[in-house]
Amino acid sequence: MQYSETVMEHFKSPKNIGRIENPDGIGEVGNPVCGDMMTITIKVKDDRIEDIKFETFGCGAAIAVSSMVTEMAKGKTLEEAMKITNKSVAESLGGLPKNKLHCSNLGADALHKAIMDYYNRKEGKPKEPKQFEKVEYIEKKEAGCHCPYCDAELSEPAPFCKRCGKPIPQEK
Amino acid sequence: MELIYFDHISGTPLHPLVKEVMIKYIEEGGFGNPSSQHRIGDAAIETLEDARTKVSALINAKPEEIVFTSGGTESVNHAIKGVAFARAKKGKHIITSNIEHQSVSRTLRVLMGMGYQVTAVPVDRYGMIDPSDVEKAIRDDTILVTIMHANNEIGTIEPITEIGKITRGRGVLLHTDAVVSCGNIPVDVEEMNVDLLSMAANQFYGPPGVGALFIKEKTPIYPLIDGGTQENNKRAGTQNLIGIVGMAKAAELARLDMPTRTEHLLSLKRYFLERVKGIDDIVINGHPEKSLPGLVSFSVEYVEGESMMIMLDEKGICVSTRSACASGSLRASHVLIAIGSDYATAQGTLLFSFGIDNTKAQIDKAFDVLKDTVAFLRSISPLYKKK
Repeated sequence: MQYSETVMEHFKSPKNIGRIENPDGIGEVGNPVCGDMMTITIKVKDDRIEDIKFETFGCGAAIAVSSMVTEMAKGKTLEEAMKITNKSVAESLGGLPKNKLHCSNLGADALHKAIMDYYNRKEGKPKEPKQFEKVEYIEKKEAGCHCPYCDAELSEPAPFCKRCGKPIPQEK
Repeated sequence: MELIYFDHISGTPLHPLVKEVMIKYIEEGGFGNPSSQHRIGDAAIETLEDARTKVSALINAKPEEIVFTSGGTESVNHAIKGVAFARAKKGKHIITSNIEHQSVSRTLRVLMGMGYQVTAVPVDRYGMIDPSDVEKAIRDDTILVTIMHANNEIGTIEPITEIGKITRGRGVLLHTDAVVSCGNIPVDVEEMNVDLLSMAANQFYGPPGVGALFIKEKTPIYPLIDGGTQENNKRAGTQNLIGIVGMAKAAELARLDMPTRTEHLLSLKRYFLERVKGIDDIVINGHPEKSLPGLVSFSVEYVEGESMMIMLDEKGICVSTRSACASGSLRASHVLIAIGSDYATAQGTLLFSFGIDNTKAQIDKAFDVLKDTVAFLRSISPLYKKK
């Protein structure tokens, strides 16, 4: 098995699952296209994260990261919670396989987004419009860009695959 | 905990009779080099040629048309590179499909870097290739068509016989990657009109690390591995006789037992499909009839495949999310995208591949675990709620 014991524990019995009703902040990151999507909702009292829950679509690592980041943030002040990094989440899990490290990025990002959402709401700022990442961006981040149809490697972003001639979806 | 193995597409367990002949061969010496000119070498030649005859009978080839290799990937590399290099003067254009295994697509990518041109024909929603698309893609400089016999991710069986009629008529060589089909469904190289065919022993209860390439007589091809004169000058290196002996027995059993095996696998598949269709928002991938008898690919909406696979593994049920060779990749399966599955659905795909030792009771047990796993993962999925 490629996952550490701690990852497996959090994956098998994740903590803080669900969605808080009428939350004070929502953080949503990721995209089902690349296989990971995470929503974190928080309840804040006296600048402290009183309650936190997550919902995740993703691999074992993504679910374990969600569980760990919510455990780490629970009860912390907002300032402390903002200091939780992708790296510290991965370390608390006893490490993640190399090709799964990007999953840990989602965890802290979703938490920070939820906290920012809380601040924005407090200041009466309009909610950030929901943005989806581009497919192209995700593929580049991993192992170069590939034609999703014929698997040919693409040296640069192109509207068509040079090999099979099919259009490359730029976003979903 | 009882282990339930539903991942035969990644490799089949050794058949007890295969194990027996391999152990017997080792115990009786098991080291002779068929190239030696003394009596131990002669005995090894006899063993080797007997094995070649048995393997050739599985695909209706002549024994001298069989070259033993280290497995499916080597066979595929040999077929494609060997023909590409031997026919480079005639042309540098190769036709393939967009659902091939990595051993084909990566090999072609290497050739593209060397100046070869590749055309990939599309598939329909069942993963089926239209032979007329192959015909349209043939050019004056086309030297080879390489199309898989059955797909390793969705099981769809391609119309190789029809494609073979076209390539024969146009004087183009045809290679088929029959790694997952050979030994599991009838394969007849004469009827299929193929010039080259790749196969692997560990897809039909033989050992891993041994395979074969069928090369029709007079096919222009270079060796992939150069050296001695073994395998009729087509593959240098001392043969892996322990593996070859096992492969021959496995081929013999596959040929004799194929009807009963197929019947058993089809009944397991039907039994599982009936149950899995009871889960809501499930998509069954591949062709409803023209498909490998023991393989079911299905996509579970709103959840991701790897998390399901690991939860099943925790309960002793071994399945896969996609081709084992591609499991390190996080990209959605190119096969599922080619058949029109959307990216999110493709991420939620599981592959159950049954074998001759599996039972309906195992399916019942696995299905209960699957149902609970899907329910749990959907309960924590943000996509399921948004439905």
